[in-house]
Amino acid sequence: MQISGAQMVIEAFIAEGVDTVFGYPGGAIMNVYDEIYKQDKFEHILNRHEQASVHAAEGYSKASGKVGVAMITSGPGFTNAVTGLADAYMDSIPLVVISGQVPMSLIGTDAFQEIDAVGISRSCTKHNYLVTDAKDLPRILKEAFYIARSGRPGPVHVDIPKDVTAQIAEFDYEIELDLETYKPHTKGNPRQIKKAIEAIAKAKRPLFYLGGGIINANAAYEVREFVQKTGIPAVETFMARGVLSHDDELLIGMLGMHGSYASNMAMSETDLVIGLGVRFDDRVTGKLSEFAKNADVIHVDIDPASISKLVNADYPIVGDVKNVVADMLEQVGKIDSENYESWRETIINFNELHPLTFHEDTDRIKPQWVVKRVGELLGDSANISTDVGQHQMWAGQFYPFTRPRQFISSSGLGTMGFGFPAAIGVKAASPEKTSINFTGDGSILMNVQELMTAVEKKIPVINIILNNNFLGMVRQWQTLFYDKRHAETDLSVQPDFVKLAEAFGGIGYRVKTKEEFDAALKDAVEKNIVAFIEVIVERMENVMPMVPSGGSLFNMMLLEKKGDK
Amino acid sequence: MTEENQRRVVSVIVINEASVLSRITDLFSGRGYNITSLTVAPIPESKYSRLTIVTAGSVRVIEQITKQLHKLIPVLRVYEHEDMVEKEMAMIKLPISENLSDINTLCEAYNGKIVNAGENTIIAMVADEPKRIDNFLKAIKRYNPKEIVRSGAVALER
Ligand SMILES: Cc1ncc(C[n+]2csc(CCOP(=O)(O)OP(=O)(O)O)c2C)c(N)n1
Ligand SMILES: [Mg+2]
Repeated sequence: MQISGAQMVIEAFIAEGVDTVFGYPGGAIMNVYDEIYKQDKFEHILNRHEQASVHAAEGYSKASGKVGVAMITSGPGFTNAVTGLADAYMDSIPLVVISGQVPMSLIGTDAFQEIDAVGISRSCTKHNYLVTDAKDLPRILKEAFYIARSGRPGPVHVDIPKDVTAQIAEFDYEIELDLETYKPHTKGNPRQIKKAIEAIAKAKRPLFYLGGGIINANAAYEVREFVQKTGIPAVETFMARGVLSHDDELLIGMLGMHGSYASNMAMSETDLVIGLGVRFDDRVTGKLSEFAKNADVIHVDIDPASISKLVNADYPIVGDVKNVVADMLEQVGKIDSENYESWRETIINFNELHPLTFHEDTDRIKPQWVVKRVGELLGDSANISTDVGQHQMWAGQFYPFTRPRQFISSSGLGTMGFGFPAAIGVKAASPEKTSINFTGDGSILMNVQELMTAVEKKIPVINIILNNNFLGMVRQWQTLFYDKRHAETDLSVQPDFVKLAEAFGGIGYRVKTKEEFDAALKDAVEKNIVAFIEVIVERMENVMPMVPSGGSLFNMMLLEKKGDK
Repeated sequence: MTEENQRRVVSVIVINEASVLSRITDLFSGRGYNITSLTVAPIPESKYSRLTIVTAGSVRVIEQITKQLHKLIPVLRVYEHEDMVEKEMAMIKLPISENLSDINTLCEAYNGKIVNAGENTIIAMVADEPKRIDNFLKAIKRYNPKEIVRSGAVALER
């Protein structure tokens, strides 16, 4: 059929099964918005900032497993969205982001709201396109969705000049894609898999090192079975929270800079790392030369560039972790879980020596208590998003996650301002669950305008602001490594968060006691409108354990034991 | 040669489309790596082009770059050359008053000759291994070259 470029965008969305688009209009994208107005197949959510649109699309994608879609205009609309693209790129989140561009005839003339968008997005997207003719648009859009979700997922940016959205051309979405140069590996090499299984069978202290790639590959349930059948203990990265359920006996905990003592010790003592969907991030490994020093490494990942990038893999397996683990499960009989009995005991001892905990030794509520309490009250019924800072680490440490896609956080880029819009996207994707955003008094102000989006669209995100009157994470580093010089991190001057929420038509609570917190959370869940629950927490609490940047994993600063002082 | 300064030749076969070159060079510039030379031309009767990139740097980083090159959507193949035949061309503009037969003899030793003669200047060309081109350019100095252009290397695996 002969339709305009703008109509093609709509038709492609419908063909891809898109049900929610996050965005913000402007001159260069108006033709497409005109078509959005005319259709009723999907919902458009108007965020109040383009950065929030992309984060909302990320949250939507992470919670649903589908490709997230955002739409923005040229120039400032696009530049506002760049942080979101970079965030999605770092965390391998599949997105298609459509931006308007000035008409072809004006490109390169410093036209009003012109910016070289593909030039900017090149380094923070998996792929990008500048569409120069509407006849290419069906293929480009189809490729964009395919590239975003296949292989190692990531954001794809499509920049469409205004005249191209008006141009009429043939639309056929049934075309076969012919991506001769893009063929992601999905099956692991059977010989390598066999060798890896043999290595596991021979190991004395093997350890699963589970990463976010497992969630992207929808492989958590295969991994759970694999862990169960082998009896091998497991550590999770921050991104992998929820792959195993918190009550799984073989789950030691989270590893890395703020990982538990037992997890980091297990990684330091293991003789065989079984890395699944991981990339050996520096926040996970600490000092590389000391990381899993005595261990061989099995590394399964979809991205060949991740393998042996930082840590040499003795058993590299390129493939979709779901397929590879399924193949491994077929040979699981060769592995005798009895062999690891004493290793499991060692780990139990690590855990008894320094359990992951906190002390309730001040009048003020401890931030960790809040996270734990939400876990007790809402548990599996909530999806948990976070902003960036101490609160984020406490959420990762103390929330009792039960399933994959329950935890949504900006890991690789660490973007303050991610949490609230992401939680809006999460709620749009999974309305039956309560959408919680753990945030800080710093972070929440970085996308606070989303109160308006949430009120208008009746998206009842509950933002729990762990208010320590500090840019707490930076303050922690200053306390520990800069001799307590708290440069520009004291947030004593603050808005009235209750009035702020109310000003937009949301609901606000300010709580200082545990009883008040329970009551506020219960009320917010029942009221079912967007809420701020500001919890006044202990100001000087530090996230522990902590591996100082560049230090060895086993060399942790630990929580002082009670009575140590 | 130190780890840090390995000379490497990489060939990349890519779909011949807009922006593909910047996708590739971004991988180098993003790491602060310099490209010593770069040649690009279409591969006959195909939709592909072939690039030859000469760079210098640590083995580890260059390995990382080549892996990232593989990941780019329009990249079909990447060759990290080990055992290759490598050639480069150079053209030199010289005053016509110099000893032309000497110049011609010198060029011949490097697979070249005088290819153009004008009113005041001549142009000579040579084609040889990049190292030998270096030597040639040293030797030609004494004839007062006015302008020199090197093509950058092209390479084929043996
Ligand atoms: C956009 C952005 N700017 C700066 C930082 C650096 N940064 C990391 S954590 C942090 C403090 C966050 O403060 P808050 O939201 O109050 O959380 P807290 O650590 O106090 O829990 C800062 C400034 C960042 N991650 N993102
Ligand atoms: Mg704070």
